[in-house]
Amino acid sequence: MAAQNKTVKKKPVGQMALMGVISIALYAALLFKQDVINGYVGQGGMYAFLPIVTAFAFSFVHGTFTGDFWTVMGIEAAKKKKGVN
Amino acid sequence: MHDIAQTAANFINLDAMNIFYLFFVGFVGGLVSGFIGSGGAFVLTPAMMSLGVPGLVAVASNMCHKFPKALIGAIKRAKYGQVDVKLGIVLGISAEAGVLYGAHIQEGIKKSFGEAGSNLYVSAAFVVILAVVGGFVLLDAWKTYKSGNANEEEKVTRLARWVQSVNIPGTMVYFKSINAKISVLFTIPLGFATGMLAATIAVGGFIGVPSMIYVMGAPSLMASATELVIAFIMGLGGSFKYALHGLVDIRLAMIILAGSLFGIQLGAIGTTYVKPFMIKVVMGTIMVIVLFSRALMVPVYMSQLGLIQTLSEGTAKLMKNVSFGIMIFALVLGAFIVLRAMWQGKKAEQLSTHEAYEHGKV
Repeated sequence: MAAQNKTVKKKPVGQMALMGVISIALYAALLFKQDVINGYVGQGGMYAFLPIVTAFAFSFVHGTFTGDFWTVMGIEAAKKKKGVN
Repeated sequence: MHDIAQTAANFINLDAMNIFYLFFVGFVGGLVSGFIGSGGAFVLTPAMMSLGVPGLVAVASNMCHKFPKALIGAIKRAKYGQVDVKLGIVLGISAEAGVLYGAHIQEGIKKSFGEAGSNLYVSAAFVVILAVVGGFVLLDAWKTYKSGNANEEEKVTRLARWVQSVNIPGTMVYFKSINAKISVLFTIPLGFATGMLAATIAVGGFIGVPSMIYVMGAPSLMASATELVIAFIMGLGGSFKYALHGLVDIRLAMIILAGSLFGIQLGAIGTTYVKPFMIKVVMGTIMVIVLFSRALMVPVYMSQLGLIQTLSEGTAKLMKNVSFGIMIFALVLGAFIVLRAMWQGKKAEQLSTHEAYEHGKV
């Protein structure tokens, strides 16, 4: 029992930092190159896949970052799922 | 179809203030969506329009932030065992058909009655649906709270028991959230209605979640989590449709997504700390407050259509601003209830852990 209590899960600080940097880079690229990107996305037609692929890429990187962020902050799901509150 | 000159006119200039504003609204919207499975969209579209974004671009960009947000939320909640993927896909596909039909009806109304007629239809749909469904959800949550049975498992409604008992050979599908077989002849119209509502008022979950709970018999937590799968399917299809016409402002969509991914993770975590009836409390509260916001706009559109005495420009503007303010209040109040419930749940958990430790020491 005591041994079980001692197995503290390691916080994903490294992964959070890596994903955070990639996320910032993606957003910087989007905002600094907005004229070019909007030029293509705004044409529609065959470029319709661009916003979809962008959304998936951002959600993967930024989604992993935000998930790790709350874990590192100590905000995680309840241990017991029912009847906690 | 859309040349670059027109595209440039569609896309606004973004400054730091606008970016922060969209990030914040995205965060609050994401928090509520992570918790109740939907919501946020009804504020995000007008929030973008308040920055000067054309209506269609605002709808398209909102849609394009919605599907990746819903995906991340669904994955998070699936880890907690709250998602019924099969039910989400079955409802999501029929919801997609509902979205297309709903958009077709909208276009027809706009052609016949103009912009004001279309707005009046949307507001009337808001008021009627939110009054009936929102009132029912809130009343149910209140009854559960007063009964003192909030900790017990949710009871399946009589309607859901009947739906589960109907056996139509060749159409029965087993869903784990319901732990029973249901005919797809029930799920298809419910999904279709969800999609139609999404095309009309942007928040299909206001029909989708209550129908999963009260008509099919799914627990609140699973219904709200499964709604995220439906939102993903509807959002992906809708985004592609708008993207084909070059209407998605990817900068707006991704900035809102930046905030909403922080929010949706937090909202999803929040569901593990609260009693199931809290889903109904948050959803019902938001629905009833938003109802007043939209009801306030009905006279404005009626005046524009000449159905009542013309309102002065000042009065119409005031009502519009108050209506938008009430919508923001609904979302912020929803977020506050989520955070408060989560805080209380976390405190209770820490207390019980501490007590268990003390007990162990003795």
